[in-house]
Amino acid sequence: MKIIQFFTPKHTCAAVTNIQFDKGVRPLSLAGHVGFDSLPDQLVNKSICQGFCFNILCIGETGIGKSTLMDTLFNTNFENFESSHFEPQVKLRAQTYDLQESNVRLRLTVVNTVGFGDQMNKQESYQPVVDYIDRQFESYLQEELKIKRSLHNYHDSRVHACLYFISPSGHSLKSLDLVTMKKLDSKVNIIPVIAKADTISKSELHKFKIKIMSELVSNGVQIYQFPLDDETVAKVNTTMNGHLPFAVVGSTEEVSVGNKMVKARQYPWGVVQVENENHCDFVKLREMLICVNMEDLREQTHTRHYELYRRCKLEEMGFKDTDPECKPVSLQQTYEAKRQEFLVELQKREDEMRQMFVQRVKEKEAELKDAERELQGRFEQLKRLHADEKAALEEKKRLFEDDQSSFSKRRAAAQLLQAQSLTANGKKDKDRKK
Amino acid sequence: QIKAQRLLYFNMSESTKPHPQGKGEKTHVGDSSYVGIDAILEQMRRKAMKQGFEFNIMVVGQSGLGKSTLVNTLFKSKVSRKSVQPNPEERIPKTIEIKSISHDIEEKGVRMKLTVIDTPGFGDQINNENCWQPIMKFINDQYEVYLQEEININRKKRIPDSRVHCCIYFIPPTGHCLRPLDVEFMRRLSKVVNIVPVIAKADTLTLEERDYFKQTIREELRANGIDVYPQKEFDEDAEDRMINDKIREMIPFAVVGSDQEYQVNGKRILGRKTKWGTIEVENIAHCEFAYLRDLLIRTHMQNIKDITGSIHYETYRVRRLNESNIHFSAHLSDDPAVEPKANGQLEEQPSALQPNGVAAQHEALSHEM
Repeated sequence: MKIIQFFTPKHTCAAVTNIQFDKGVRPLSLAGHVGFDSLPDQLVNKSICQGFCFNILCIGETGIGKSTLMDTLFNTNFENFESSHFEPQVKLRAQTYDLQESNVRLRLTVVNTVGFGDQMNKQESYQPVVDYIDRQFESYLQEELKIKRSLHNYHDSRVHACLYFISPSGHSLKSLDLVTMKKLDSKVNIIPVIAKADTISKSELHKFKIKIMSELVSNGVQIYQFPLDDETVAKVNTTMNGHLPFAVVGSTEEVSVGNKMVKARQYPWGVVQVENENHCDFVKLREMLICVNMEDLREQTHTRHYELYRRCKLEEMGFKDTDPECKPVSLQQTYEAKRQEFLVELQKREDEMRQMFVQRVKEKEAELKDAERELQGRFEQLKRLHADEKAALEEKKRLFEDDQSSFSKRRAAAQLLQAQSLTANGKKDKDRKK
Repeated sequence: QIKAQRLLYFNMSESTKPHPQGKGEKTHVGDSSYVGIDAILEQMRRKAMKQGFEFNIMVVGQSGLGKSTLVNTLFKSKVSRKSVQPNPEERIPKTIEIKSISHDIEEKGVRMKLTVIDTPGFGDQINNENCWQPIMKFINDQYEVYLQEEININRKKRIPDSRVHCCIYFIPPTGHCLRPLDVEFMRRLSKVVNIVPVIAKADTLTLEERDYFKQTIREELRANGIDVYPQKEFDEDAEDRMINDKIREMIPFAVVGSDQEYQVNGKRILGRKTKWGTIEVENIAHCEFAYLRDLLIRTHMQNIKDITGSIHYETYRVRRLNESNIHFSAHLSDDPAVEPKANGQLEEQPSALQPNGVAAQHEALSHEM
């Protein structure tokens, strides 16, 4: 059986990564209306039935306005908790909501950092965020590698956009900001925003933005660039890229301005209108994040950040596509090689353990023997001591007995003398009396 | 610590008027409750238009049943192999060959890479036993190519899709019933690919004969447990089922193909001119070509591709991975239970026993846990 592949002589479209049209070559023209121009509609209809998924991660210090901005963006009241400033470490709180607008259903997950920037020592602050993002990638990877998988039903929890809230200090980025963004820029699409922008004046804001962008560039932080490859949106995206980072103000309260109720913040000196482009960049953010680039954010997450994670993870585990001579290596070979390695390692470990065991036993035996010997030695010593003492005592006893016997002899002699002297005296008395 | 919140339902916009499809207009400036989530539809459409689409269609049937003509009629251009080959060979090949040819076509800004896979020699031999095998192998090989791409470490941004999305099976218009060859082929292949059976050269059947033939065919398909497209089990909801039931009542479509135009009632239409009249291909009173075209192209093309990707391909993948696991645990011994894949070799394909590494990756990952 043969398999032959032909290609039309006019174009050389092969099984190549993209569908390519050779520029300057006439494509095959159709003699009438075929009808596949409805394909995009068919695709869109299918997506409408399935629904969409979008996950936003908000990083920022406690009280900087993350929750309020989310509420304002999506025009609703998510359940919000005011966090304390005394969290011992940074945590993340994820909440999922089902939203619907006309016929589009969106499953939105908002992840907020809790306690970011509150600790005394902020060296590890970025770690929980990185871990969270990696966990979502891992979970998707697991699903993708399953045997029986259902990817189209899978609730995609990977972070599509990361809003980084910059404090409106007006000067420059904090080192915490730089460190965190640097750690995240290869894992997620970062969109920096200046929070509480109503505290900065227009001129300060302009300088602030320039400073921030130049600091990001000089530190090599890659933030998300709105895509320029599609002509329909290239123009607006280019303009918006120049307005980054967006200076935002969030508010869910409405204030009456003119004859309308608008979302605003009321101060004694005036009213900051959230949706007024002269007052802040909120409308731009909403436009870019949701109306124009939501799909691109999802795509970048999937084709760039996730692929990078997947590649690193699999390479970590020792899988390669090519071996050192750059010939394609079958995963079978790699797996077998790894398996052999693993078994050999296992055997080695077993042997080692066995050896160690034997060694320990020997050592113990030797120890015990030593102890025994020592005990024996001590016993001998004690015995000798005893014998010596006994001998000494015997000696003493003998001496004592000698003493005693000589004493009793002396006593006897003394008594005799006394008795003799008494009888001698008595005799003398007797003699006198006569 | 992550606390997942249970899902809450919100209806955000008071305005429920449908948004115009096509260019996204800012119809909601001033509507204070508008967020813009539905703009994602427009974004998706833009992306799809930019990327273009792929569609791979296979035609199977004995020679002379009008396969090439039908495909040309479907796509209103010379897409079939015969039209492209400089010197069309009229001989019937001695074995089944599989020939695929690709075109870039475009309509109203929508670009598509269309691949037509022809199977000359099918059903033409004296002994047609196992004639489905080369075709089955081809289909499975496309799945294999896709799978290998998918499990690469360095993957392409868009994996080129050469999987057969749809297989049109041409039934000769005998008017009686299906032949053993038809039954065998469709029974086996309906499990790996979407089959759309058509009655070829339907202009030889009267309407009554046609209806009788179709009924017989439908009964035989049912009796043999053959699930042709649209498969009942993949209907997504009641609306789907309703639409698909109507289609299922009509298959197999009785088609006539033609690439010649004639003048009928002052209009130029595609047709076949005979001494007793002109058969208008796109007239549903004459034949059911229009239904076939609508099904394949205008309404169900995306669905056909989805079923291929999420059902047939996944089935293949599951089978493949389980096989690999058997291989691993049997230490690469030749397991007779495993379907032998050594039927010839494809150029540039590694040896047939190449298992995929997904099982390996899967095992290794579970090792790590």
